[in-house]
Amino acid sequence: MANHLGLRAALISLLIFLLFLAGWHFATLPPTTTSAATVAPQTQQDEDYAKLMGKSKESESKVTGFPNPAQMGLAMRKHLSDPFYDNGPNDKGIGIQLGYSLARVGLGFSIAALVAIPLGFVLGMSPLMQRALNPFIQILKPISPLAWMPLALYTIKDSSISGVFVIFICSIWPMLLNTSFGVAAVRREWINVARTLEVSALRKALLVILPAAAPTILTGMRISMGIAWLVIVAAEMLVGGTGIGYFVWNEWNNLSLTSVMFAILLIGVVGMLLDLIFARLQQFVSYVD
Amino acid sequence: MSLSIFKPYDPEHNNSRSCCCGRHSNAQEHLADELRQQELASLNRVRDPETLNQDVIEEALMRALFPDDHVRRDFLRAVGVNTARAAIASVLPMASLQAMAQEKKGSIEKKDLKVGFIAITCAAPLIMADPLGFYKKQGLNVSLHKTAGWALIRDKMVNKEFDASHFLSPMPLAMSMGLGTNPTQMRIATIQNINGQAITLHVKHKDKRDPRQWKGFKLAIPFEYSMHNFLLRYYLAEHGLDPDKDVQLRVTPPPEMVANLRAGNIDGFLGPDPFNQRAVYDEVGFIHILSKEIWDGHPCCAFGMSDDFVKQNPNTFAALYRAVLNAAAMAHDSAHRSLVAKVIAPVAYLNQPETVVEQVLTGRYADGLGNIKNVPNRADFDPLPWYSMGVWILSQMKRWGYIKGEVDYKTITEKIFLLTDAKKYMKELGQTSPESGYKKFKIMGKEFDANSADTYVNSFTIKR
Repeated sequence: MANHLGLRAALISLLIFLLFLAGWHFATLPPTTTSAATVAPQTQQDEDYAKLMGKSKESESKVTGFPNPAQMGLAMRKHLSDPFYDNGPNDKGIGIQLGYSLARVGLGFSIAALVAIPLGFVLGMSPLMQRALNPFIQILKPISPLAWMPLALYTIKDSSISGVFVIFICSIWPMLLNTSFGVAAVRREWINVARTLEVSALRKALLVILPAAAPTILTGMRISMGIAWLVIVAAEMLVGGTGIGYFVWNEWNNLSLTSVMFAILLIGVVGMLLDLIFARLQQFVSYVD
Repeated sequence: MSLSIFKPYDPEHNNSRSCCCGRHSNAQEHLADELRQQELASLNRVRDPETLNQDVIEEALMRALFPDDHVRRDFLRAVGVNTARAAIASVLPMASLQAMAQEKKGSIEKKDLKVGFIAITCAAPLIMADPLGFYKKQGLNVSLHKTAGWALIRDKMVNKEFDASHFLSPMPLAMSMGLGTNPTQMRIATIQNINGQAITLHVKHKDKRDPRQWKGFKLAIPFEYSMHNFLLRYYLAEHGLDPDKDVQLRVTPPPEMVANLRAGNIDGFLGPDPFNQRAVYDEVGFIHILSKEIWDGHPCCAFGMSDDFVKQNPNTFAALYRAVLNAAAMAHDSAHRSLVAKVIAPVAYLNQPETVVEQVLTGRYADGLGNIKNVPNRADFDPLPWYSMGVWILSQMKRWGYIKGEVDYKTITEKIFLLTDAKKYMKELGQTSPESGYKKFKIMGKEFDANSADTYVNSFTIKR
């Protein structure tokens, strides 16, 4: 029965996708008007002008208006056929760009986890600290990554570390809040048992609280990873240099919507894969009472 | 094809760049390209960089002094080459400029350099020096970094992430004075380009060619401290519009200008190329006027570095200076413009269709109104950083309230524009330092004299 449902769902997904492609194709068909623009140029002057505008026969490659699915497919093939080329600092393959972004996200996220999880434990175990730090967390939490960027550039004086810092500062809050919530919500009985057995504080944290709070902590990490992946594109568009965000910006420079859309698709796919990894981890640590 | 570039004292040599394009028809495109490649190879082989430096400086001077070809030729015929040379040397510290350009004492202190640039044609000399090997020839390993905007260039220069950079010529002045950042002493080594900008309007404004009809327009400029801002303000004010009240000026990075124009967020922009031409190519805008119609020969972008860098790495600086001068010399010659377009158009640099870049550099372009225009000096490359240009920039900063109070125009400029060093070198050589690196020029018909900058500022009716 479940299998049957899955199959039907997949079929409907495919149908929606095909409808979407067809809609896209028809929406981007060139207008079939017989206006002056499409009439063949009459004089040498007109022909020269058309050539300068990229509209002569030799310059078919010019893409104006919204790209159609075929052009998008071509762009995808072009980028994916050679994803790891490296032509100096301003021209690298999509694979290398993605690698840079993932490395930055990984680094910023790891540092954030290293800070947020221990700190979250402290907050969760001490209601006093929780109350004392709460105002700061509430103020810092909603600040947009782009607002941090000028400040980071000014103080850190290095654009790629600034990028990592921005990921750090934006992905730390969900982990911190979820960890402290998870730790605070560990059942009283379990803590009391630990206390009667006179377990040391460290053993209590690692053997009782951590496993109990793990699913909540991982939820926090999953949310944070989503945010980090959102932030990296914005940060790299601003700072430039390398990464998928830079790729988007550079293609915007060229006003190439096809490549921008390809990058958007790729960002979505990679974001989904990252989320899947954390979903798996979450399953791994959850338990049923 | 002869190697005709830069013969400043050859009376027969026509340096007005009048022979532009049209040489190669479509069928022969390939052949012409091959020829150009060969020419370039022979240029690199035959021309000694020192001579080229010497010539580019003298060439720039000759052209500045005698913009009219006939006058210049007559002058040279009348007085002879040597007299001309002496006469000009009395005006500008040519010998010391050349000496500085050639100095090869000691080894290069820093070989690997990071140089920032914005992907616009103004950066052509700086960019082409990379693929054409001008940096390598000077023993430098330069990596060029495409940067997302001027504010970031400023920050990366202040942070010392870049060793040298493409600048808007007002930027080093503003940065040195601490406007919009904390003060960091910057230097302008060369002006990258002159002219090469335009006012582009949305196609729906085809009938509004008189700026007086622009009340309420939203116009984009690339940066506050840019020639674009000052030229646009000047142009608007000359037509009776107050740029702060009657229109809205928006700081927008050049690549976003076309996208915003298409979306109708802005009515037009005074921006760098190739984005003016790109707006035409994408059929969203037309070129209202070229910036050279406001001030023919205005400086635009510059090549500079921090004062610290120059002091700590004098030999590296000299090598970098030579490389960029060589590139400017080549870019200046109209015969090479198509080749320049070809090498700077790829993804790693401008990332633009080659035909768009070529139209900008050769000056044979579609204007978006159905006409083909032929303006060979639409964009030009002239590296000499005249003091008077710096003073004009400061006068406009004063005029629009970017700087307040007494302004010591000349002292500030001479500290930042590198002609100062030339004077110092002259003194060391035991020569009397020349009066100045000041020349007069006209902006929309009004003459600017650097000696009376304050009077100039006060002569405008619209000012802050």
